[in-house]
Amino acid sequence: MSELMKVSSTPHVRAKDSTARIMLTVAIALLPAAGFGVWHFGWKALLLILITVATCVLSEWLFCLAVKKKNTIGDFSAVVTGMLLAMNLPVSAPWWIGVIGGVFAIVVVKMLFGGLGQNFMNPALGARCFLLISFSKIMTDFSYVVPGGADVISGATPLACLKNGDPVVVRDMILGTVQGTIGETSMLAIVFGGCILIMAGIIDMVVTGTYILSFAIFVLLFAGRGLDWYYLSAHISGGGLMLGAFFMATDYVTRPITRKGQIIYGILLGVLTGIFRLFGPSAEGVSYAIIIGNLLVPLIEKISVPAYFGKKKADTKKVN
Amino acid sequence: MAKRTFQGGVHPYDGKALSKDKPIKDILPKGELVYPLSQHIGAPAKPIVEKGQRVLAGEKIAEAGGFVSSPVYASVSGTVKCIEPRRTVTGDSIICIVIENDMQYEAAPPIHTMNYKDMKREDIIHIIGEAGIVGMGGAGFPTQVKLSPKEPDKIDYVIVNCAECEPYLTSDYRKMLEEPDKLVRGLQIMLSLFPGAQGILAVEDNKPDCIEKLRKQTENLDHIFVRALMTKYPQGSERQLIYAVTGRTINSKMLPADQGCVVNNVDTVIAIRNAIDEGQPLMHRIVTVTGDAVRAPQNFRVKTGTLYSELIEEAGGFVEQPEKIISGGPMMGFAIFDTDVPVTKTSSALLCMTKDEVSRWEVGPCINCGRCVEVCPSRLIPTRLAEHADHFNTEGFLELNGMECVECGSCTYICPAKRQLAQSIKTMRKTVLANRKKG
Repeated sequence: MSELMKVSSTPHVRAKDSTARIMLTVAIALLPAAGFGVWHFGWKALLLILITVATCVLSEWLFCLAVKKKNTIGDFSAVVTGMLLAMNLPVSAPWWIGVIGGVFAIVVVKMLFGGLGQNFMNPALGARCFLLISFSKIMTDFSYVVPGGADVISGATPLACLKNGDPVVVRDMILGTVQGTIGETSMLAIVFGGCILIMAGIIDMVVTGTYILSFAIFVLLFAGRGLDWYYLSAHISGGGLMLGAFFMATDYVTRPITRKGQIIYGILLGVLTGIFRLFGPSAEGVSYAIIIGNLLVPLIEKISVPAYFGKKKADTKKVN
Repeated sequence: MAKRTFQGGVHPYDGKALSKDKPIKDILPKGELVYPLSQHIGAPAKPIVEKGQRVLAGEKIAEAGGFVSSPVYASVSGTVKCIEPRRTVTGDSIICIVIENDMQYEAAPPIHTMNYKDMKREDIIHIIGEAGIVGMGGAGFPTQVKLSPKEPDKIDYVIVNCAECEPYLTSDYRKMLEEPDKLVRGLQIMLSLFPGAQGILAVEDNKPDCIEKLRKQTENLDHIFVRALMTKYPQGSERQLIYAVTGRTINSKMLPADQGCVVNNVDTVIAIRNAIDEGQPLMHRIVTVTGDAVRAPQNFRVKTGTLYSELIEEAGGFVEQPEKIISGGPMMGFAIFDTDVPVTKTSSALLCMTKDEVSRWEVGPCINCGRCVEVCPSRLIPTRLAEHADHFNTEGFLELNGMECVECGSCTYICPAKRQLAQSIKTMRKTVLANRKKG
């Protein structure tokens, strides 16, 4: 035979799923929440989403160009980061908030640490926390103009009401017709997107489930409200918990890789969110809980190495 | 009842439909035959013939080179052309005996003339060793060593690995359908070595016709049972198979015998039967020639030493020039440069693919998705192991139990970033084993 065949190490076949396909599916799964945000908050929400996504993609492209690395925007992870970041912005935020946030998320949190897979913190959340600290007034201004009308809705978010002891309407919180950031208000839309991810096999309920469950238990135990189901369901459907539990705590790169680690991580997030919401100065807690959780992942992974197949009790004592 | 299986594993496209309905066809070699001296795990065999010497079909041409070793037999009659290094499926050049076929097929006398009833335990094991039988599932471990555990009384399961979990392979499938009697007879011979054991024929449930046929064949036999296993790769991996059948677990420091099990592949068991009942040494095997590049995919009974290129001709040649040719299945087989390498005792298939998926995918960074962890049958963290391996971090590799890897390749298969995880891990394992040997 004149021509030599191609050779490579085993195996010689590959599953169909690829990184780009996974990222694209996540972006699609975010559409219900984003769509609801646009419907609820108006065209300005759409503009902010587009600006943030464009900034993220552009800054990754420029960064790769500047450091002479292979262009990586084809993996769609910058699109996901941009969408997630926009979901976490209030609609009243000016356009440059999206730009600063996008650049910070991609360049500082992601690319400087080595790009996709190397960031130790969820880029979108890192950027949100950066913006919260730097522009706290803008980032906590949840007033908005009702689409098609002239009324400006201002006032506290449901969680702030809860904190102050004011009444909230859980039905509206589940639907999403309340104040909040663009993508966090509608529990229904987020859970729908979450179901897309679960059915596509991209996430499972381990992190999400343990997170929500442990948070609920924490609230029951420490809120001092006893078995107040209405209060509890307000806490679960309010704020960024659903968006965080389905779309950010489940971020592959920044959650533990083993099942056991994921359970520990989920419980940790639930407890931290509970502490921040009930005892912290702010009504919110999900973003900070998740980025602190992200930082602890290496330690969690150290203690959650699974027992290998066929491990015998006697082996545990041996080193190596 | 939950289906018998193991934790982890993958479901690659199985491609068996191409060749599963093609009865086994005998083919005769046309050109020279090449017999590598190392077709098994252990010491290479030592040649006992000289250049120019005439040999008969079934004549021993190389004897076992140690305790863990296996002799080699000529599969045709002819003249020894030379003894020199030739390229084999792994890409290595190893010493081979090359025989010019005289097309006479003059047979040598059988390797023994004893009657089965007069054979003692030692005789049976001796004949199996003498016949050059090795694990024909791919590993090539000398079978007589496997059948001589330190405490034979403690063996309570003799398992025939009929899983054939590798995609595209149908050689075991055909054997089970066409020669179930010989298979069961081979199992009975093995059981006679372990009086306390029951025999299990473990078949994946994508072969219901085999399960039915074997059940019929064994319905009047007391100690032999057919077990259906869930169809999943790597169900036929020894550790996973034992777990699925018995619930017992084995790690890298143990042998199946430590958990009371002996496992052999379909072709091996039939070879045992042929050696004991007919005095026939191991000199042919079933090879599936398949893949989308082959005109007429088929199952052939091939004399060992035949060159792969002849099998392709027998299967009608190529429809389209293949990009990749694999000796064995797509998950664990060896990709070969060209087809002028010989069929050995452990060859099971020749898979010719018009497209090489591997070179089409671009490798990306690990996104930590955890799929490799999910599919790993050894319950390891392949991506971390591969990272340690790539950084030559032996300590980290061992700390994460890298030596427990069975090299099934499920992690590489599933990886969405298309990373060569198994390759990195295998390389590191080889290094560690080599260093251990050096002491």
